[in-house]
Amino acid sequence: MSLDAKIPEGPIDKKWINHKNNIRLVNPANKRSIDIIVVGTGLAGGSAAASLAEMGYNVKAFCFQDSPRRAHSIAAQGGINAAKNYQNDGDSTYRLFYDTVKGGDYRSREANVYRLAEVSANIIDQCVAQGVPFAREYGGMLDNRSFGGVQVSRTFYAKGQTGQQLLLGAYSAMSRQIGKGKIKMYNRHEMLDLVMVGGKARGIIARNLETGEIERHSAHAVVIASGGYGNVFFLSTNAMGSNVTASWKIHKKGAYFANPCYTQIHPTCIPVSGDHQSKLTLMSESLRNDGRIWVPKKKEDAEAIRAGKLKPTQLAEEDRDYYLERRYPAFGNLVPRDVASRAAKERCDAGFGVNATGEAVYLDFAAAIQRYGKEAALVHGHDANDKELVTKLGKEAIKAKYGNLFQMYEKIVAQNPYETPMMIYPAVHYTMGGIWVDYNLMTTIPGCYAAGEANFSDHGANRLGASALMQGLADGYFVLPYTIGDYLADDIRTGEISTDLPEFAEAEKEVKDRLSFFINNKGTHSVDHFHKRLGKVMWDKVGMARNAQGLTEAIAEIRQIRDEFWKDVRVPGELNEFNQELEKAGRVADFLELAELFAKDALQREESCGGHFREESQTEEGEAKRDDENFTYVAAWEYTGDPGEAKLHKEELNYENIELKQRSYK
Amino acid sequence: MDLTLKIWRQKNAQAKGKMETYPVKDISEDMSFLEMLDVLNEQLINDGKEPVAFDHDCREGICGMCSLYINGQAHGPDREITTCQLHMRSFKNGDTIVIEPWRAAAFPVIKDLVTDRSAFDRIMNAGGFVSVNTSGNTIDANSIPIPKHDADKAFDAATCIGCGACVASCKNASAMLFTSAKVSQLALLPQGKVEAHERVMNMVHQMDEEGFGNCTNTGACEVECPKGISLENIARMNREYLSASLVSE
Repeated sequence: MSLDAKIPEGPIDKKWINHKNNIRLVNPANKRSIDIIVVGTGLAGGSAAASLAEMGYNVKAFCFQDSPRRAHSIAAQGGINAAKNYQNDGDSTYRLFYDTVKGGDYRSREANVYRLAEVSANIIDQCVAQGVPFAREYGGMLDNRSFGGVQVSRTFYAKGQTGQQLLLGAYSAMSRQIGKGKIKMYNRHEMLDLVMVGGKARGIIARNLETGEIERHSAHAVVIASGGYGNVFFLSTNAMGSNVTASWKIHKKGAYFANPCYTQIHPTCIPVSGDHQSKLTLMSESLRNDGRIWVPKKKEDAEAIRAGKLKPTQLAEEDRDYYLERRYPAFGNLVPRDVASRAAKERCDAGFGVNATGEAVYLDFAAAIQRYGKEAALVHGHDANDKELVTKLGKEAIKAKYGNLFQMYEKIVAQNPYETPMMIYPAVHYTMGGIWVDYNLMTTIPGCYAAGEANFSDHGANRLGASALMQGLADGYFVLPYTIGDYLADDIRTGEISTDLPEFAEAEKEVKDRLSFFINNKGTHSVDHFHKRLGKVMWDKVGMARNAQGLTEAIAEIRQIRDEFWKDVRVPGELNEFNQELEKAGRVADFLELAELFAKDALQREESCGGHFREESQTEEGEAKRDDENFTYVAAWEYTGDPGEAKLHKEELNYENIELKQRSYK
Repeated sequence: MDLTLKIWRQKNAQAKGKMETYPVKDISEDMSFLEMLDVLNEQLINDGKEPVAFDHDCREGICGMCSLYINGQAHGPDREITTCQLHMRSFKNGDTIVIEPWRAAAFPVIKDLVTDRSAFDRIMNAGGFVSVNTSGNTIDANSIPIPKHDADKAFDAATCIGCGACVASCKNASAMLFTSAKVSQLALLPQGKVEAHERVMNMVHQMDEEGFGNCTNTGACEVECPKGISLENIARMNREYLSASLVSE
């Protein structure tokens, strides 16, 4: 099958509007006889389910949590971008488009990104109308802040809980439709396979996690909005339940998986404290507005700090290496995430890391405390040379800005970040790769769509801060509700899809057999045992820096762990009951397959771009080096029975509106 | 540190539950409370026993999934945090820790420490929204100016994570704090005013239907709320309810 992205004709700023004017519609009466399944209730799934139900379709929504409100979009902290230009700082749809393409290191599809920028302003209007309490200025207008990799203030926010407020907005829109019966909500349900009838997506097999019952659900179209696959690394900032299963199941049924190796490693997370660690916690990127990142200049100081013999606050200014400010004077501490993460790893690998593990750098607010404190003292007519007073006022200012993050840090690390610098280290945070979709967000399976983090389309090889929320809501509120009608227009006479079709029985049997296998295997090791081993291979060899030898080894090791897993995994409990180990077993089995494709993708992309850093492809100063001549394409993988044998299809990326340049933040 | 855990075990909603005792050893003070339970579960699986079921997901205090009653307190001894943010340094070597599920008629136990909180969803479905459809033509966001003070208050109410600690802590198992947080958020904003009367009537009605108890102004909910949702919201909901009742007659 050849890949057709179905990008509409015409100039970039007219593509979406022309497309909307030309695609087919389904009339209101016919919508009532069409069913749509939405898997996942985060920003993309929740907003899609609500919008589709409002339009009149019958929606069945599924989430594995006990309520749609708990999807992991809720944990997003910093904000959401929109080209509103409320600050009159020269922002525009084009600038947001340009920043996103450049930030993605020129590996995203122009037409999709432009559309994203175009609808971004509508998102803010929609959310405000729903009652989302964004931060406001004293005049009652909406407030904005700035994020990494851009030169305007276009980020809307609700303290450090923007994701929560946006998700609750989408959830309330869903609640309204659930109350009306237009959305049938299936909480604590997990999709375990896609059902295809006549080459089209026509339903899913789901497990009721409360009772263990296997259920058949039919529909005229299936939307996958189940998020990213960062948990393939075991440790990440994702929620414990975040998984690749829904995406992987559709991949095995024919949906191509695009750019699996594009992973965002976020520079500011709380470092690992020991083997017991179950997840990592993010400290918002907004902290880099005021925090300065450093490590000791001398190795012996770093060693003394690691041994607990020296405190960071005792180190003189000239003995500190503010390496981001040194290497990237133009952007300093606010370089994009991929650049900041690699720089931290470089220093720690060179032996300058702090923390007992040697894998941490400092994020220091002492200078900001003094700066804000002096300003506050002057404003209130106090003595700006009174050190004690200035420090006190400065701490208050920092608390007003970042109080909840500082509190979170203190709870986890048991150190007071107002007194001693925070310790941070990069951690897996987001996956830019995902299911390949065309301009309509349809996968290579007719009638099967992918939205939000689950698809690959908008962020290229690196996502900018505050763009994930934008993309999830753009897909769910403003893109999918239009484009899905074009496909469903053929289904107005189809009638209800019967779940008695042999295709349902067959898919159900496969699901049941696999679950029974786990329960009956009676091996010697828990699911987590294998998941942790997989995570270690991924982090060491397919993590922040990759090379051909390491990737080849990783592929062999992943296969080895996968073989052992199937021979030796132990899943206690029974099939027909609430069984969390059984849930995990299915998810880890899929991670073990995805991991191999992930490494294979990283191996074939012999260039560095965005979050993908190949050691063989770097400049003399150690910066990532793209190879536009050979790699300006999307790698879309077709499943052929074994992840190692996946077939590569290339979607060439054409840049008609933006000139390809080497990114520079120096 | 070494600890003794006393944990509520219950096979399913129908079964009778009981407390079981489990020793755990070599717990590091840097572990979170849930990581300590991970250690116990790994141990139980290796011993061929059934692990303890408990709800959790984000493990950073925002999803509202985790829900344990620890030594008689919702989310444990610390203030303004969820169970997943509680760390073992809050305990000491030799401690006995009693772990129970939320106890409320409206939150039946599903298994062990896992309860069914879908009653909260149904309260939301009854009116926890502004009736606005998705469209690309909604009025510009800045055409609805909102005083910062009101926006901040609405935000504070909106930070509720729907965990149910308020219900679990209340001697009457009342859901007033939860319900009032949503009623308040929307009552404070101009967008929510249009339907304010129907909303408060419908949500309170659903809350009663679900079998939650009445509010007797004890304030335990506010103390145990991991997000510090204020009792002020209950007062505001009572005002809203009263004014709605007068109008509807």
